[in-house]
Amino acid sequence: MAILLLAEHAGGHLAPATLATIGAARALSEKGAGDIAILIAGSDCAAAAEEAKTVPGITKVLVADDAAYGNGLAENVAGLMVALAPDYSHVLAPATTFGKNICPRAAALLDSQQISEITEVIDSDTFVRPIYAGNALATVRCKDAIKVVTVRATAFEKVQPGDGAAPVENVSGPGDAGLSTHAGAELSRSERPELTAARVIVSGGRGMQSGDNFKQLEEIADILGAAVGASRAAVDAGFVPNDFQVGQTGKIVAPELYIAVGISGAIQHLAGMKESKVIVAINKDEEAPIFQVADYGIVGDLFQVLPELKAELEKAKS
Amino acid sequence: MKVLVAVKRVIDANVKVRVRQDGTGVETANVKMAMNPFCEIAVEEAVRLQEAGTASETIVVSAGPQAAQETIRTALAMGADRGIHIPLDGPVEPLAVAKLLRAVAEKEGAELVLLGKQAIDDDSNQTGQMLAALLGWSQGTFASKIEINGGTARVTREIDGGLETVELKMPCVVTTDLRLNEPRYASLPNIMKAKKKPIDSMTADDLGVDVTPRLEILKVAEPPVRGGGAKVENAAELVDKLKNQAGVI
Repeated sequence: MAILLLAEHAGGHLAPATLATIGAARALSEKGAGDIAILIAGSDCAAAAEEAKTVPGITKVLVADDAAYGNGLAENVAGLMVALAPDYSHVLAPATTFGKNICPRAAALLDSQQISEITEVIDSDTFVRPIYAGNALATVRCKDAIKVVTVRATAFEKVQPGDGAAPVENVSGPGDAGLSTHAGAELSRSERPELTAARVIVSGGRGMQSGDNFKQLEEIADILGAAVGASRAAVDAGFVPNDFQVGQTGKIVAPELYIAVGISGAIQHLAGMKESKVIVAINKDEEAPIFQVADYGIVGDLFQVLPELKAELEKAKS
Repeated sequence: MKVLVAVKRVIDANVKVRVRQDGTGVETANVKMAMNPFCEIAVEEAVRLQEAGTASETIVVSAGPQAAQETIRTALAMGADRGIHIPLDGPVEPLAVAKLLRAVAEKEGAELVLLGKQAIDDDSNQTGQMLAALLGWSQGTFASKIEINGGTARVTREIDGGLETVELKMPCVVTTDLRLNEPRYASLPNIMKAKKKPIDSMTADDLGVDVTPRLEILKVAEPPVRGGGAKVENAAELVDKLKNQAGVI
């Protein structure tokens, strides 16, 4: 048995979700699933490969340096995975939009029923995964010869690069499938930490009333070194872009501190943040479901509370 | 261009699901069911393509129990032309559904298959990608915009970092995200009209697909309950508690 792990990487570094996927792979390896080979696919990905070889637990780095893999096109990367997979018993990828796009395509070609977004490894073929927006946890066993698994990053410890020196091997696959091309991207640029990697998140909901009012959250986020998130309602209303969305179908986060402002706490939102260590809710509706999961709730008008909170935080930080 | 839309019947998004006492699954008896919200967006997009003259026919397909026909009927009331029901009892796994859909897509000569990005019951997010793989087609997942121009589909995708646009060679599979459109409510006259639209039945055997489950569900349990509900009076008390009690700032 052995594990093939598809890495998501950018700017020469492994993505935080990849480091958590390595955490899951190590748990799996300890349960007898064998060595861990990490696949770095992309163009000019030597720096990411250099980083990957240092991560504790990695026994081999496979590098597929080819322009066809540069933009993470599922048609091309899945073809590469399928070419490599027969040497492995497990194929793992982070359950990010990158992994979710590619992995099922590879699984189908391997005739394997993928297990999505695992949160626990029971043994080498048994996993726990949330269903119904996290309102139930299913323990499932996979009987397929090659088990394809995506990993929920918040459920596993991120394994940081260290002083390992795993061997690096160049591999190639079928290359460009000729089915799709990357035609551009509009990526959000922010000085703040990324939502899924942030220690503190300040999120706003429909109660914020406008995109302009999110500035008040940004000011508080900047005092705390936090990321800014949002509920689906705030994204649908156009207050902030889609990549701010926390929830069942958006980003799943588990920071040390999550501050929900003007968010009522729909099941779909709670699914994305209820694993946070400490939850604060600020909402004028005392009956809002968000208060049921909040460690500290303030019932009040957020436009009154936010300036006070900003002042108190500045005082506490000075 | 023929468009195939896959729909799934699930527990209504507004129902609080309950895990069965015996740990075999969640309670579905006497629970309100509805079309998976992402599937509604897929149906709406197909109907819009047809209204714009891009699509010539919209066929709605669902694999599931007899009652899945009601879900197909809902899609017909939104404007789809006809339905196909694949009777299946018990768990429906994405790989099996993808194989069924491949058979239907090939049989119907569809050039575009639209699906929701995930069903809100098992949250797998797999079927569309698997279908594209089995057909050997291109895929545009988590779409917030679709433009079809001759042999190419230009799809804007919602990704973790923002938005990405891909150009796909037709035929293709597209899965819908939340911001693609806002599904319409079916009007009463259209609900009446939908009753006369045809729904064919095709079994998994007819389609030559083995739907034996690959995964064994050992147990379904309630997640640990999170304690909460404590209140503080004001921002000063909050900051004090975050600093001195929780130690997170």
